[in-house]
Parts: sequence; structure tokens; C-alpha cells
Amino acid sequence: MTDFETPVDDLSEAPAVKPGKPIAWPLGLAGVALVIVGAFLSWSYDGQILNDLSVNFYPNGLQNLAIILAVLSLVLLLAEKGPLVKLGSWVDATLGLRALGLGLVLYMVLVLIAISIESDGLINVNPGGYVTLVGAALIAASAWMLPLHQLRDMSEARMPAWFEILSIAFLMAALLFTAAYTLAQDEAWPLILCLVFAGTAATALFRSGVMSFVGHAGQRHRKVLTLAAFAAAFLFPFTQNGDDTNMSIAGAVLVFSATAMGLNIVVGLAGLLDLGYIAFLGSGAYVAATLSTSAFATIGWKPPFLVVVLVGACVAATLGLIIGSPTLRVSGDYLAIVTLGFGEIFRFSMFNLDGNNGPNLTNGPNGIPGIPDLELFGFNFGTDHTIAGIDLTRNSNYYFLLLLLIGGVILAFSRLNNSRIGRGWVAIREDEKAAEAMGVNVFGLKLLAFAIGAFLAGMAGTVKAHQDGAVSPDQYIFLESAFLLAAIVLGGMGTIVGVLLGATILKVLPEKLRFFLEYRLLLFGLLLVLMMRFRPEGLVASRRRKLEFHEEDEALAVAVEEERLIAAEEAK
Amino acid sequence: MTVTETQDVAARPIGDPVLEASGVTMRFGGLLAVNDVNLTVREGEIVGLIGPNGAGKTTFFNCLTGLYKPTSGQVRFSGTPLPPKPRAVVRAGMARTFQNIRLFANMTALENVMVGRYCRTSAGALTSVLHGPKFRREEAATRARAQELLEFVGLGRSTEHLARNMPYGDQRRLEIARALATDPKLILLDEPTAGMNPQETRQASDLIFKIRDSGLSVVVIEHDMRFIFNLCDRVLCLVQGSALIEGTPEEVQSDPRVIEAYIGTGEDDEDEGPQDDVPGGEV
Repeated sequence: MTDFETPVDDLSEAPAVKPGKPIAWPLGLAGVALVIVGAFLSWSYDGQILNDLSVNFYPNGLQNLAIILAVLSLVLLLAEKGPLVKLGSWVDATLGLRALGLGLVLYMVLVLIAISIESDGLINVNPGGYVTLVGAALIAASAWMLPLHQLRDMSEARMPAWFEILSIAFLMAALLFTAAYTLAQDEAWPLILCLVFAGTAATALFRSGVMSFVGHAGQRHRKVLTLAAFAAAFLFPFTQNGDDTNMSIAGAVLVFSATAMGLNIVVGLAGLLDLGYIAFLGSGAYVAATLSTSAFATIGWKPPFLVVVLVGACVAATLGLIIGSPTLRVSGDYLAIVTLGFGEIFRFSMFNLDGNNGPNLTNGPNGIPGIPDLELFGFNFGTDHTIAGIDLTRNSNYYFLLLLLIGGVILAFSRLNNSRIGRGWVAIREDEKAAEAMGVNVFGLKLLAFAIGAFLAGMAGTVKAHQDGAVSPDQYIFLESAFLLAAIVLGGMGTIVGVLLGATILKVLPEKLRFFLEYRLLLFGLLLVLMMRFRPEGLVASRRRKLEFHEEDEALAVAVEEERLIAAEEAK
Repeated sequence: MTVTETQDVAARPIGDPVLEASGVTMRFGGLLAVNDVNLTVREGEIVGLIGPNGAGKTTFFNCLTGLYKPTSGQVRFSGTPLPPKPRAVVRAGMARTFQNIRLFANMTALENVMVGRYCRTSAGALTSVLHGPKFRREEAATRARAQELLEFVGLGRSTEHLARNMPYGDQRRLEIARALATDPKLILLDEPTAGMNPQETRQASDLIFKIRDSGLSVVVIEHDMRFIFNLCDRVLCLVQGSALIEGTPEEVQSDPRVIEAYIGTGEDDEDEGPQDDVPGGEV
């Protein structure tokens, strides 16, 4: 009974390996060669479009991206058969190649469409573009002719520590580079193409199992992973060289992420659905605004900012307790409705506390503009700096401050998650009645989740007020709460990386896809529906959560179990 | 906790009363689910609770553990009255398992048991975030104790398995380990062998003896007559919410009313009671 035998043997009854066709491999090599040669040729006559693709033997921007994808394909091909064949026993070259081939074809088709739209007709496409497209098609074709392998378990892959650390660092650098490059695209088509590139590369890395290796390496070197991620985030402003627009988006992303992490405690851990969460961010912002030295601030007390942060966070937490104590007695759908109402009450209160209907606290619909820049320890956040010849603007200053804040928020989240309190929350989410019968203080813990989540959001709000320079009620509409929730669901409930990713996507895409204008929300809706259909556990699901949604997947269940056992053995 | 001899029931001295329930009555609207039931459990005693389906056994458990507030009657634990609040009941030292297993499905076995330690630990949010010395000490102790309990119930090798992926019998044991993690003086087991084969049932009764020998009192709801008469020092039979008879297994076994009400007059010896449970009566 107690002997749990992991059914490893079932796995080794390999699914029949489909033999590949002998032509596949040389075909793939030819495809790679064609893509690279094509990328060195001119793609278009018109030098004015798509960052100039008109010069022969001088690959530029988008052509370089195609070359990168081709080189990735080459590596996978050589892992399949050739000098890197040792790598091939770990990495699923075929699946990776399929992603790369398809992505490249999509990429080139979009390039051709872009050229013909931007400068009237396919006639403007130079041979280079067609050569690359044919190469891409060859890679895709060869990938579908290659055999599917039975692979060794990636969790057993061990490399020297320096190599693992290096691969983590390399991944972070690649992320930083891709993010910086993508954000640098101001026009629609190059941006879309960059996104396709990033999507293709990421899918290929995931499908081939390279990411799984980095993931395991990251588990073994958790501190390195965290440090590398923060280093990459820290270096981001240096890639922007004074571009204030992107830094302002980045700052907004961090505020949004910090708030989402707070909501992640409430929704992801304790399982309470809150649809009015933006109010807590708003209350923090309003506290900071009314206590600031703005000419429109309504309260005379001007404490230093660190005190303001604490006051703002505590006011938000108190609001959390006030809304929580009566409403937490209802659960599920009813709680969602009550919190939805609370979010609206907050907005209307801010709208109406203008002196006509009560005390003048918030200037009503006008809000509080003219909030001055922060000044901490004699450092004014409004001033620009030049470090190592790179301009750091006002928004970069706030970015660094927010990075510090979100570091604290993540630390709090992960430590709470792995504590008695976090276990209590998850127990409540899993089975409230059983948790109660085991002596868990259900009501108290729910309140605590509300209060701590609100505290974190309130902290983010105080910085947001200064960063935006103004607060007004219309910043805190229901849609924002819905987006927060969407970020968590999209990214993966209860995870850290997932929620950060979800928040980034949901904040960056609307800003960068402005040329879609009114279709933006439509696209989002579509994205969310597709996500829920094909990946209900979110982009970065904890594997545990993955099981919840894909229960029939035996292989996955076994893999998860083994992973846990290995982790447990290592812990000993 | 020590593993010692088992079956020798009669020779052990019986201690002071741990649980004294007097006149417990539970009414759902017009339905009298539990009617004026008295039960006393002494230290180191195993008491069986039997009765046909719908007799109110689980409802009676729920009244004892505070999930229901009894309409009237009193529950005293170690001499002091118990408020009908699950948390207070657990803190006082009474833990339970559920008829249909209610584990935290997406937590590991170890985490499940660690949740049971919740009421005996006190690290707050702040020390958890700061990783203060108190937190570290308590967390290590919680982990060690949970591991020890998993080994006690025979799940020492499954600590990192998700509860949902464990075999049925292991889930029952895990529930018992989770209940034991609350450091109870009395443990209430609601059909611990439901759905088990004879071998598993034997293991379950060994485990219950082991729990008793480690100094706890046990109350068991069961349908398996052989199991309960072999296991228990005393048996209380409930029929339609009222206590029919209380006594030694031999007395209860031979009482004609029990045979008529429960065991039946025909060949079917169990599980043939009405299938409809009391509304909300089974948790």
C-alpha cells in the first residue's frame, strides 16, 4: 500500500518512433543556407520602409532576425545528425525545428505582405525576400520529415555549474535584448514582425526542451536566476538611452505588476475572487497625492515620502479590512459582485468628495494634478542623469525605485507562499470546510489576504501618484480591475513569473499596439478566449496547476511526480 | 509514539472521561436528525458508533466538532464546555476525518499534514516575510513533525506526492495523519475503511490500535461489523437519530433490537438502510 511505485516503466514503452525520410536533413541544411543567403540580399527596392531592407550584402534589422532564426535551426539540425548529436539525445530537435520553420514562413509571409502594403504591391519585393521565403519553407518541410524521438529526461541533464549559470545569464541577456529591440520599433509592421520573431524563438526553445533545461538549471541555482533576472531588469533603462516613452511604459508595467502580485495573494493563493482591486491602488495614489506638496493637495500635513508610503499602504490595508470583514462571509460569485461594487464605490467617492457633496478631499472629477517629483535623501527624481554616456531620464529614476518596490513585493509573496500562512491560504482555496475542521482560522486568514494584498497595492499606488504627476478618478475604472485579473489568469494563478509576464504583456501590448486603436480590446478578448481554450492554466503554470487542467495527461503526471521526488531528494 | 501490542482490549485500565456529550439534539426544520444523544469517551478508549444510513451518525460528529451548532445539548471536553466552533474544538484537542475524503487535493502529502499543524503554531505574517528566528524554528519543527506523522501512518515514502494522485487507501491514512497533526486527545474517524478491501481494513484497524496505544481516544463510525466489534471497547448504536443501545460489542451484537434495526432480519447484513441521507447531514 505504502510503496508508491512510480510507473517509469510505462514510459519506456516508447510510442512507435516514426522513421524520418533520408532527404529531410540535407533539405533542412539547404533551407538554412537559403535563408541566410536570402537575408544578405536586398528584400525590397524601397529604402524607406521597414527600416531599409534594400541594400545587398548588408543585412539590416529584420533581416538579422531571420538570420538568427536560421542559425537556431542550424544548431538543431546539427543536433539531429552531425557534430552536436550528443545534444540531440536531450533536445527534441524535430519539434523545435517545426516551430522555427513555421515561424520563419509566417515571418517571411508577413514581411512580403508588409512590403507590398507599404509600397504598393508585390512588385516591390526583391529576389532576396523570395529566396528567404523558399528557405523558410524548406526548413519547415524538412522538420516535418524528420523522425520524432524518444528523449532522455531533461531533469537528469547535468552540466558543469558554470555552464548552467552561463545559460541562465545568456537567457536573461537574450530576453533583455529582445525586449529592448522590440520596444525600439515605433512603426506597426516592424513591431509585429519583432513579436513574431520573439514568439517563434520562444516556442522553439520551449518545444525543443532547451527552456526545460534552463528551468531545471534555474531550480538548482535559484539565487543566480533571481539575481540574473533583476540584473536584466536593472540594465533595461541603459538600453533605452533617454527614450522616455518606453521608460514610462516600463514604469507603468512595474506598478501594474506590483498590484497584480498583491491581487495574486487574494485570487491565486486564497482563491477569493476580487473584481474591485484597482481601488486599493487608487487609495494609495490618492493618499500620496493629498499628502504631497501639490498646490491642489487638500491636506496640510506634508510628511516625508517614506512615511507617505506607509500611510498609503496602511490606508489601503484598512480599506481592505473594512470591505473584507462584512463581505468575506459571502463567497464565490457573491464575493465577486460585492467587490465589484466596492471598486465603483471608491471611484464615485473620489469623484464626489469635491466640497459640494462633502468635504473637499479629492477635487472631484478634476483630481489632483501637479504632484511634484519625489525627493528621497536629497535625490530629485525629476532630474536626468548621464551614466557611462547613457542618458537616464526621469522615468528611469522611477523605474529603479519601482524595481526596488517590486523586489520587496516578490520577496513578500514568495515567503508568505512558503509559510504557515500561505499553506493556510491554499488549504482554504482547496477545501474551506476541511481547512476549518483542521483548525485553520479561515475568516482571519481571508481577511489577512485582503489586507496584505491591499497593502502591497497601496504601496505601489503612492509611487504611481508621483510618477504620473496627477491622480483622477477615471484612472481607476472597472476595466483596470478586469485587466489585473486577466494578467493573473493569463500568466498563471499563484505563480510569480507568470503573473509578472501576464502583467507585462497586458500593459505593453496596448501601449505598443496603438495603431490598432479601437480593435485593441477586441484583440485582447480574442487572446483571452484562445488562452482559456488551449492553455487554461496560464502561460507559466506551476506544473501542479497544469495537472488540475490536464488530468488525462498521464506522462505529465509521472513527470511532475518524478520532478518532485528528485527535488525532495536533493533537499535532504 | 510507540508501536506496541494490539488486540488485548479488556486488560487496559480506562481513564478519566475526555468527551462528555449530553442531550445533543440537532433539528433541521421539522426533521429531528439527532435526538437527545449522550456519549462519554474515556482516555485510551475506542468507541464505535454504528447505525443504518441516515441514522444521524455524521450529523452527531458534526455537532461534536462544531461544524453544526446543536439545537440543544452540551459537549464537554476534558471537563470544560466546548463552544460550537471548529477552531476551538480543534484547539481543545478533538480532530476528525471525513466520510468522503476531504484532503487538500493540490497540496503534497507533507503540506497537507503541515496544514494540520496550523493551530499549534503561531508564526505571523511579519515574521514569515522577514524569516525571523521564530519562523525558522517553527517551520523546521512543523516539517519534522509532519514527516514523523507520515511515517507513523506508513506514508513516509510519499511525502512529496500530491494528495490527489495518491491511492485511495493512502488518502485515508493521510487524512488521519493530518488530523493527528493537530495534537488531539481524541480523534473522530468517519468511516475510515469505507471502500477498502479486507487487507486494507486490517491495516486500518492496526493503525487505529496504534493510535490508541499512543495515548489517544478514538471514536469510529463504521458499517463493517466485524471491524467495529473487533476494534471497539464500547459501541453506541444510533437509529433514526436516537441512541438505541450502548454497551460492549458483545451486548450490542446480541441485542435483538440492533439486529432488527440495523443488521436486518434477512440475509443482507449491512448497508441496506435508506439511501437518502439527512439533508446536509453528511459532510
